[in-house]
Amino acid sequence: MERREDNPIVSLVSRTVSPFIMLFALYVIFHGHYSPGGGFQGGTMLAAAFILIRLSLGMETSQLQFKSSWATPLGSAGVLIYFGTGLVALLFGGNFLDYGFIPFYATVAENRSIGILCIEIGVAIAVMAIMVSIYDDLLRGSPDD
Amino acid sequence: MKIVNYLIMIIFSALMIYASLSLPDRGDAYAVLNKEKSLAETQNAASYYIHNAKKDAETENMVTVVLADYRGYDTLGEETVILTAGLICFLLLRIEKNKNGKKRR
Repeated sequence: MERREDNPIVSLVSRTVSPFIMLFALYVIFHGHYSPGGGFQGGTMLAAAFILIRLSLGMETSQLQFKSSWATPLGSAGVLIYFGTGLVALLFGGNFLDYGFIPFYATVAENRSIGILCIEIGVAIAVMAIMVSIYDDLLRGSPDD
Repeated sequence: MKIVNYLIMIIFSALMIYASLSLPDRGDAYAVLNKEKSLAETQNAASYYIHNAKKDAETENMVTVVLADYRGYDTLGEETVILTAGLICFLLLRIEKNKNGKKRR
């Protein structure tokens, strides 16, 4: 692959913007109870922050931020968080994914609210990791790499 | 053979357009789906969600409650689909180099 020169403007701007994208992504995830947003949207934005760094600084530098080998385990962990939340509800006597039975020591309605937050986090982690993973796969699959 | 294909496509789209003409208007309060009771005189799912979402889950955003609580199975399936897509990309596209610098799949 042809070695490209580092452009200071591109790298500086992307490094400045990326944390703010992450912050807004976290806002979208955790504010999903009160405004449009949630795990899928926030996870995609989180992935966009990582992919921006990957695009501008190159594969090798961005491995310091988010290793390619973390992506698949993190994606599976996100699905497991979702599944585990449902399973905990099952163990405490409810139906599968019936968050009211999870003992967060609040009223049933508040338990369900916290359960929704748990699975939103799981969805966000999974979506973020899978987006980054697909980007890495596409890049690494190029024949002249 | 091509003419037959085009003919089937035209007939099918005409059928779809004809069917879409008899759909209820958006936000039509008298459409069956938007009524309080369904044709079988039971409560419609949508009206149940609107009445009870805040009470059931202490969450202001009704969409989040429907997505994550009432339709939790569906979202679990969606997430599994995303994971599967990622794993398929992993299997098909990832090329690792072994010690000799040769690419292998």
